[in-house]
Amino acid sequence: MPAKGVTTTTIEAPKQERQAVAGGGLVEIRQVVRSFRGKRGEVLALDGVSLRVKPGQIAAIVGPSGCGKTTLLELICALQKPDAGTISADPAALMPQRDLLLPWLSALDNAGLALRARGASRADARAQAAPWFARLGLEGFERARPYELSGGMRQRVSFLRTLLAGKPVLALDEPFAALDALTRTEMQAWLAETLAGAPRTVVLVTHDVEEAVLLADRVVVMSPRPGRVTADLQVPLARPRHRTDPDLVALRAEALRELGVPE
Amino acid sequence: MRPLPALLLLAAFLGAWELYVDLGGVTPLVLPPPHAVASALFQDRGLLWSNLQTTAGEILAGMALAVSIAFTLSVAIHFFTTVRVAVLPLLIASQTLPIVIIAPLLILWLGFSFVPRLLVIALVAFFPLVVTTLDALEAIDPDLIKLMRTFDASRLRTFRQIELPAVLPGLFTGAKLAAVFAVIGAVFAEQAGATRGLGYLLTIAVNQFLVPEAWAAVTVLSLFAIALYALITLLERRVVPWAHHTKGKPA
Repeated sequence: MPAKGVTTTTIEAPKQERQAVAGGGLVEIRQVVRSFRGKRGEVLALDGVSLRVKPGQIAAIVGPSGCGKTTLLELICALQKPDAGTISADPAALMPQRDLLLPWLSALDNAGLALRARGASRADARAQAAPWFARLGLEGFERARPYELSGGMRQRVSFLRTLLAGKPVLALDEPFAALDALTRTEMQAWLAETLAGAPRTVVLVTHDVEEAVLLADRVVVMSPRPGRVTADLQVPLARPRHRTDPDLVALRAEALRELGVPE
Repeated sequence: MRPLPALLLLAAFLGAWELYVDLGGVTPLVLPPPHAVASALFQDRGLLWSNLQTTAGEILAGMALAVSIAFTLSVAIHFFTTVRVAVLPLLIASQTLPIVIIAPLLILWLGFSFVPRLLVIALVAFFPLVVTTLDALEAIDPDLIKLMRTFDASRLRTFRQIELPAVLPGLFTGAKLAAVFAVIGAVFAEQAGATRGLGYLLTIAVNQFLVPEAWAAVTVLSLFAIALYALITLLERRVVPWAHHTKGKPA
C-alpha cells in the first residue's frame, strides 16, 4: 500500500545511443512498495519507487545504508516480489557484494558456474569461459583456487561468472566495496572498458558517488529508509572519463548534495 | 622430529604406570603393569590379529552405514522443516539410549548375527555426523543460493554444485568423531552378543580374570582407533583440500 502524498520520480532514459543488448535489457519498475517483518514490527524498505532503465544503459543507484538498494536489486532479479507496484524486467543476473566464489572450484570453473547451472558440461563451460581470461587480465590463473587470487582478481572472476550467465541485465551489488582504494580505481576502469565491449543494461548499486558518476549514464539517488528516489542525475560525459574532469567533479558534488552530505 | 613429543609422553605415561603398580599402589588383578600387557600382546598376537579383523570389518561397515544414514537425514532435515521438527528430537533421544538396553533387543529382532552389531555401531556413529553435516549445510551463504537462482539453476543442479561439495568438510569432521565412537560401540555390541571380535575377547578375558590379556585387547582397539582417525584425516586432505584454505588471506 503506497502511502499518500509520497513523491515518486519516474525517470526518462537519456537520448544517448549505445550498442544493442541481446535479449532486450529493459528494466521497468513502477510504484514498488516492499516491507519486511522485523523484530520491531514492519519495516518499510521501499516506498513507491519507480525506475525505468533503457536497454544498454548503466544506472547507478546511490543512497545511505538501509535505503533498500539490495532489495531493489533482488526485485529486479525476481528473487523477491513487491508488496505493491509492478516490475517488468528482462532476465537479470546478480553479482553479489562479496565475491562468493566456490572454494572447491578453480577460477575457470567458478567463472563457468552459470553455464553449469543451466546444464552445460564441464568441458563446455570451460571452453566458453577460457577466452575471457585473457580479456580480463586473468590469463595464467585459470587453474588457481579462489584463495590464491587477489581481491581484485576474485572480483573479476565473480563479474565474469555473472556476465557468462548471458542475461541482458546485470545487477551489481556494491561490487568493489570490499577492495582497497587503489584496486578499486583499477577495477572501475576495467569495468567501464569491459562493459563497452560487452554491452548490457546495468543496475549498479554503490555507496561511492565518485564510482557512480565515473561509470554510469545516470545516477539515481535514494533516501534513507523507507527508500524513495529523491533525485535522478544524468551523466552526459564522454568516455573514457577522468575523476579530475571538472564536469565530473561538479556532478559528483551535486549527487552528494542530493544525498545530504555537507561539502 | 614430529612424533618425538608423542613418544616422550607415551614413555612417561608407561613409566609412571609401571612404577605405580610395582610400588604396590594397586593389585595387578585390577591394573596389570605395562610389561605384563606387552607380553600378553606378544603371546596372543595371532588371536588378537584375527579378532581385530572381525571388529575392524564391523566398524568400517558400521561407519559406512552411519555416513549414508547421516547424509540422507541431514539433507532431509535441512530442506524440510517438518522433518526437522519431527525427527531431530528423536535423533537426540536415540543417543541417550544405553547400548546395553538396545543391543539385546536388536539381537532378539535380527538374530545372533553381524547385523545387530552393525546397527549398534551405526547408531553411536551417525549422530556426530548428522550434527557436523547439518552445521555445514546451515553455514552455506544464502546469497549463493540466490545467485544460482538468477542463473536459472534447477534446485537439483544447485544441490550438486553448492550443497554437495559444501557439506564434505563437515562430513569429514563428523567422521573423525564417529570413528572413535564406533570403536567403543563395537566393544559394547560384541559384549552383548558375539562369538568373535576384540570386544568379545575382552569380555571373555575379564570374566576369566585374564587382566593383562583384556588390556592387550584394549591396546589393539586404541591403536586401531588412531589408525582409523589418521586414515580419515589423510582422505580429508585429498578430497577436500580447500577446506583448510578458505580463511587464507588473498595475496
